[in-house]
Amino acid sequence: MPAKGVDFRMNVGAPVTGSRSEAGIGVTLSGVARRYPARRGADVVALEDLDLELRAGEVLGVVGPSGCGKSTLLELVAGLQEPDSGSVTVGEESDPAGRRAACTLMPQRDLLLPWRDALGNAALAIEATGTPSREARARAEPFFERFGLSDFEHARPAALSGGMRQRVAFIRTLLPGRPLLLLDEPFAALDAITRAEMQQWLANALAAEPRTVLLVTHDVEEALFLADRVAVLSPRPGRVVAELDVPLPRPRDRRAAVTDPELARLRARALEALS
Amino acid sequence: MRRVVLSGLLLAAFVAAWAWLASLQSVDDLTLASPGEVVQAFEDDWSLLWDNAWVTLTEVLLGLAIAVVAGVVFAVGMHLSRALRDAAYPLLVGSQAIPIVVLAPIFVLAFDYGIGPKLAIVALICFFPITVNLLDGLRAVEPELLKLMRSLGASRLRTLRSVELPAALPYLFSGLKIAAAVSVIGAVFGEWAGADEGLGRLVLLGNNQLQTPRVYAGIVILTVMAVALFALTALAERVACPWNRKERAA
Repeated sequence: MPAKGVDFRMNVGAPVTGSRSEAGIGVTLSGVARRYPARRGADVVALEDLDLELRAGEVLGVVGPSGCGKSTLLELVAGLQEPDSGSVTVGEESDPAGRRAACTLMPQRDLLLPWRDALGNAALAIEATGTPSREARARAEPFFERFGLSDFEHARPAALSGGMRQRVAFIRTLLPGRPLLLLDEPFAALDAITRAEMQQWLANALAAEPRTVLLVTHDVEEALFLADRVAVLSPRPGRVVAELDVPLPRPRDRRAAVTDPELARLRARALEALS
Repeated sequence: MRRVVLSGLLLAAFVAAWAWLASLQSVDDLTLASPGEVVQAFEDDWSLLWDNAWVTLTEVLLGLAIAVVAGVVFAVGMHLSRALRDAAYPLLVGSQAIPIVVLAPIFVLAFDYGIGPKLAIVALICFFPITVNLLDGLRAVEPELLKLMRSLGASRLRTLRSVELPAALPYLFSGLKIAAAVSVIGAVFGEWAGADEGLGRLVLLGNNQLQTPRVYAGIVILTVMAVALFALTALAERVACPWNRKERAA
């Protein structure tokens, strides 16, 4: 649960980062396969013949059963892995270094460093490429006020609630100003109430800081609530078995979304595709 | 506070038992000096003990400093280079299998009577726990965190500096605490192999000259030295890694 007195409202004004990131960037995966050598017997095929396209500025939700290669998919796009066959292109870039430079990964767990305060943890994202610490902290600071974390800049991660830690992790993801965000089940570790609050928070944050977003989750409702389009993956080897357009403007309201008949219909279709 | 009282009580009980044992007729005065005699030795030989204690403390501190530098260099090198780790690990373990008692006289032959062989021996036995613990700490960093740093575009050295070294700091201190506790033994071995000053030599000489109270006074100082070094290291750890303490408490 968040600490008392945390302001969940956000002042949705102009983005803090420069205009380079506003438009987002397109992503294309075509005929992608990825297999891992098994200790014995046949290789484990994580992804097979996967085609997926993200338009610039779009939020794409990817849902699938556990072990369907969702994490592999993210690491392929992030340039941390290479496909065995097929191609992965981010913007104009298809080599891994170019892909790495175009996106930021937000891992499942916040992975905040316990010896740095919240501001220092966010600043790490640009310190990583050589921005001096003082300057990095100064650039991270405006995000804290915008995203409801004022007065928590100097708190150590151990003193923050799970939701607040994820928000710091999200600021860390935004700070480098890269056009593509890769979110790996960002709220999976949170309790249900905090998760719902954080989904609303993220919807508003993405309205304030528009990017291309690839959101991987096992939660169909989360994907439908946050995304413009949802791709459903099959069990291993993962491939796209359904694509659903969510014809509602973003950011959506969490309470209205629960009872929206259109979303309910899409949820039924997604669950059918999953089974 | 409670810890101080409890360990003080245990120490008092120990001294009482010591005094009682020394008062027994069947215990030879040359084997065991009573606490009173030891206090007397402190009064009589104060400047002698003090001067020699300084010599030994210098050997211990300089030897430890060499061990820390060598340990950090070895651990970081072995962490960054898989080939170096595979090649050097057996040698590292082997260095601890060498009996120091045998090695000490050879060091004295090689480096002469001065402070050199003492530093070499202290450093040799202290760098092992430092290297092994720091290496463990560097390798214990979560792979997910390294992946994150890579995706952020961090270089290998940046990741080492910003993530791996700070994460391994508590491990380094664990190694340092062990090293601090054994460092004094190393200095004494070094002095036994050949020295003209130092507490180790004083104790050995006192033993030969049947000055049992002085021997015990020397042992008391050596023990206090090791305990103080350990306590200082533990204190430095609390100051340098406050996050670690909090996390353990939570």
